Amino acid sequence: MKKPEIEAFIGDCKGVSRREFIRRAGLLGVAAPAAAHLFAGSALAAPKKGGVFRYGLAGASTTDTLDPGGITDFFMQSFSSGIRGELTEINHKSEILPAIAESWGAENGGKIWRFKIRRGIEFHDGRTVTPKDVAASMNHHRGEDSKSASKPYFESTKEIKIDGDYVVFSLDSGNADFPFLMADYHIPICPANDDGTMDWQSGNGTGGYVMKDFEPGVRAHAVRNPNYWKEGRAHFDEVRWLGIADVAARTNALTTGEIDAMNRCDLKTVHLLKRNSDVRILDVAGTQHYTAPMITKNAPFDNNDVRLALKYAVNREELVQKILRGHGTAGNDTPITPANRYFDSGLEQRKYDPDRARHHLKKAGLDSLSVKLSAADAAYEGAVDTATLWAESAKQCGINIEVVREPNDGYWSNVWLQKDWSMCFWGGRPTEDLMFTVAYSEGAAWNDSYWSHARFNKLLVEARAELDDSRRRELYGEMQRIVRDEGGVPVLMYANYVSAHNKKVMHDGNIAINWDGDGFKNTERWWFEG
Amino acid sequence: MNPVLLKMLGKRLGLGFLTLAVVAVFIFSVVELLPGDVAQEVLGQSATPETVAAFRRELGLDKPPFPRFLEWAGGVLRGDFGNSLANGRPVAELVSGRLGNTLFLAGYAALIAVPLALVLGVAAALWRNTLFDRAANVAALSAVSLPEFFVAYLLVLGFSVTWNIFPSLSNIEPGASLGEKLYKAFLPALALTLVVVAHMMRMTRAAVINLLASPYIEMAKLKGLRGARIVVLHALPNALAPIVNVVAINLAYLVVGVVVVEAVFVYPGLGQLMVDSVSRRDIPVVQAAGLIFAAVYILLNLLADVVSIAGNPRLLHPR
Repeated sequence: MKKPEIEAFIGDCKGVSRREFIRRAGLLGVAAPAAAHLFAGSALAAPKKGGVFRYGLAGASTTDTLDPGGITDFFMQSFSSGIRGELTEINHKSEILPAIAESWGAENGGKIWRFKIRRGIEFHDGRTVTPKDVAASMNHHRGEDSKSASKPYFESTKEIKIDGDYVVFSLDSGNADFPFLMADYHIPICPANDDGTMDWQSGNGTGGYVMKDFEPGVRAHAVRNPNYWKEGRAHFDEVRWLGIADVAARTNALTTGEIDAMNRCDLKTVHLLKRNSDVRILDVAGTQHYTAPMITKNAPFDNNDVRLALKYAVNREELVQKILRGHGTAGNDTPITPANRYFDSGLEQRKYDPDRARHHLKKAGLDSLSVKLSAADAAYEGAVDTATLWAESAKQCGINIEVVREPNDGYWSNVWLQKDWSMCFWGGRPTEDLMFTVAYSEGAAWNDSYWSHARFNKLLVEARAELDDSRRRELYGEMQRIVRDEGGVPVLMYANYVSAHNKKVMHDGNIAINWDGDGFKNTERWWFEG
Repeated sequence: MNPVLLKMLGKRLGLGFLTLAVVAVFIFSVVELLPGDVAQEVLGQSATPETVAAFRRELGLDKPPFPRFLEWAGGVLRGDFGNSLANGRPVAELVSGRLGNTLFLAGYAALIAVPLALVLGVAAALWRNTLFDRAANVAALSAVSLPEFFVAYLLVLGFSVTWNIFPSLSNIEPGASLGEKLYKAFLPALALTLVVVAHMMRMTRAAVINLLASPYIEMAKLKGLRGARIVVLHALPNALAPIVNVVAINLAYLVVGVVVVEAVFVYPGLGQLMVDSVSRRDIPVVQAAGLIFAAVYILLNLLADVVSIAGNPRLLHPR
C-alpha cells in the first residue's frame, strides 16, 4: 500500500475498534502487526477537550428517577454514571480499578472488606467526600424500607462501619467479588444528609459532569466538572442526554447530525446505516443474554430429560442470524457469557440436534410432547419470533410448542415467574457469583426456573468465598456445566450491544463490556476529534 | 350577551362539570382494574416481594380503593393532583409543562390546518367536479389514509434527511424563543395538518354544496351575484354549524391523539407522558392526564355549540 493510501485509510478508520481496524487493514493487505502500529498512531492520539456531546437514547421514561436504587434503563444508567462516581470501576479487560476507594483488602476469608476512601475528592457543591457519605450511600440500599434494586447485593452485609479513612463491611459469609459489586451503577456515592440518609434528590455527585437540568423521559443536561479528580477523563464541555424512544427517529437524528451518538441500533437496518461514511457502528459482546426459563417444579418441566429435549430442539445459529442479524453468538444454556471473567471456553457448544431431542424425550418416557411457551416482545425485541422459530424446529423432534402471545403490558408481573415457560432477557451481571446468586440459587426471588440443585448451591457458596483465582475458575467451570446440563433455563443467545456514533466521536478502541455504553462511562471516556 | 347564549352556557358548563365528575369516577375505576400495580411496574424485573412491599407501604397503595378515591377527588378540587408515584414529583408540575407543549403544537397545527381546510373546502365547492376539486380531494384523502407515523417519516425523509431544511427532532427546551419553537415544531405541525385537513375540508365542501341547492342561493344567483360572493357571504355562514363541530372534533384530536407523532419527532407532549405513565402504572399522572383530555373534549364541544348558535340567527332568536 502506498503512503497516501495508508493515510487515507487511517483517516477513514478513526474511531473504529482495534479489532475492526485490523480486520479492515487485512482487507487492504496490511500485515496485522503493522496495522496494530497504525492504530496506535491514529486513535490513541491524546484526547481533546471541548464540544457538546449529544446522546440520543432509548430507555428513557417519564417515570425515571434520580434515585440510583431505582435505575432500570439506559437513560438513567448513562446519566447517573455521568454525574456520579462509584467506589470502584471496571475497565475494558473486566479488571477492577480503584475509584473513590483508593485501595481495599479482605480479611477473615472475604468476610470483612476494608475500603480506603480517597482523600480530597469533592462533590459538585464543593464538599469533600468522607467515609460518612460512603456509608450513607451504601445504607440507602439496605434495610427493610429500602426499595433499591441492588438490595440483594447487600443481603449478606451485616454491618457497615467507619474507621478513620476506611469504610468496613462485615459480611455473613465470604464474598471475593465484593469490590466488583461496588462498581455497579446502582450504588454511586452521594452526599449524606445529617440524619444519615442519602441525598439523591439533588443530583449532587462526584462525577465528571455537573447536573444542570433533568426532565424525566425527555432530556438531561450536564456540564464538565472543573474539579473532577480523575486525570484525563471527562473531555466534553457539556453532555446532553435525549430520550428518543423510536429507533427510526434515533437513526434519523444521528444521520442528520442532530445527535452525536445513539444506543440500540435497529438490527434490521444497521447494515444500511453502516454504509453512511459519517457513522461508526460499535458492536460489543457483553453479558446480555436472552433466555426462556421453565418452572422446574411443575410438570413436565420437572423432568430434566424434557428440559434437555427442548434445549436440543432449538436452532440457536438460526436465531442468531434471524433475530440478532448476526450481532451476537449462540447461547450455551449458561448465563456466563464469553465476556465474563470465568467463562469456560472448553464447554462444548450445544447445537440443534433432533435425534438427541428424541432420545431425551424417550428417556423421559414420552413419544411426543405438547407444551405452551408464553412470549411477548416485552421480554426482548424478537422474543415472539424466537418462540415461533423454536416451535418450527421442535416439530422435527416430535415436540409441539404452542406459542402463547402475551401482552407486553404487565409482562414482568403476570407472565415471567408465573407461567410455566416464558421468554426473558437478562442484562447480565458483572460477576459470575452475582448472576448465579440472583437467578439460579435456591430460593432467590428471581430464580425464574424455581430450580434447586444441592451441589450447585454448595459450589456457589464455596466459590464466592474462594480467594484463589485458579480454584475459583475450576468451581465456576463446574457450575456452568451443571447449569447447562441440568438447569431449567435454556440460554438461547448472547446478544451484542449495538450502538452508533458519528465519526467526530473518538475513543481509544477499548470498549468496556461490563455494561453497554462503554460500561456507562462513555461520556467521561470519549472525546471529539480535534 | 344574548340571554339564550348565556342560559345555554350556564347549563352546558354545569353539565360539563357533571360529565367530568362521571369521567373521574370512570377513570379511577378503570385504572384500578389494570393488572399489576405501580410498585411492580416501576421496579420491573428487579421487583422482589420485599422491595414491592416497601414501595407499596410508602405510596399508601395498601389502603382500599374507596378512601383513596375520596382523597384524590378532594385533592383535585383543591387543585392538588398529588405526586407522581414513580418519581415523587408533583403531578401538576409534571403535567403543566407537557400540557403547554401539547397545546402549542395543537394550536400551531390548527393555525395551518383550519384556514387551509376552509379555503380548500370552499374552493372545492365553488369549482366542484372540476380538476381542482378532484385533485384537492385525492390529495387530502391520500394524506389521511396514510398512517400518521408514515406521514411523519416521509416528512423527515424529505425535509430533514434529504434537503436538511427542518430538524428531525423537535426537542423543545424550556425558555426557547417563539421563533425557535415554530421552526423546530414545524414538521410535527405539518404532519398533524396532513392528518386532519381532509376531514374538515370535505365537511366544508359537503355542507356548502348542500346549501347551494337552496332557494335563497338561487335567488342570489338570479340577482346576478358572483359565485365567490354567494358562497362566502350567503352559503358559508349557514353551513357553519356542521363545519364548526367537525373542526372541534379535530382540534380535540390534535390535543389528545398525537402520541405517535410525538414519538417520531421526540416532541415532549402530554401523550408520551400518558403512555409512559399507563405502562408504569403511575396512577396519579394517568388520572390527571385523563381528566385534562376529558376537559378538552367537553370545552371544545361547548365552544363549537356556542359558535354555531351565535352564527345562526334562527337559533339565536328562537320563536
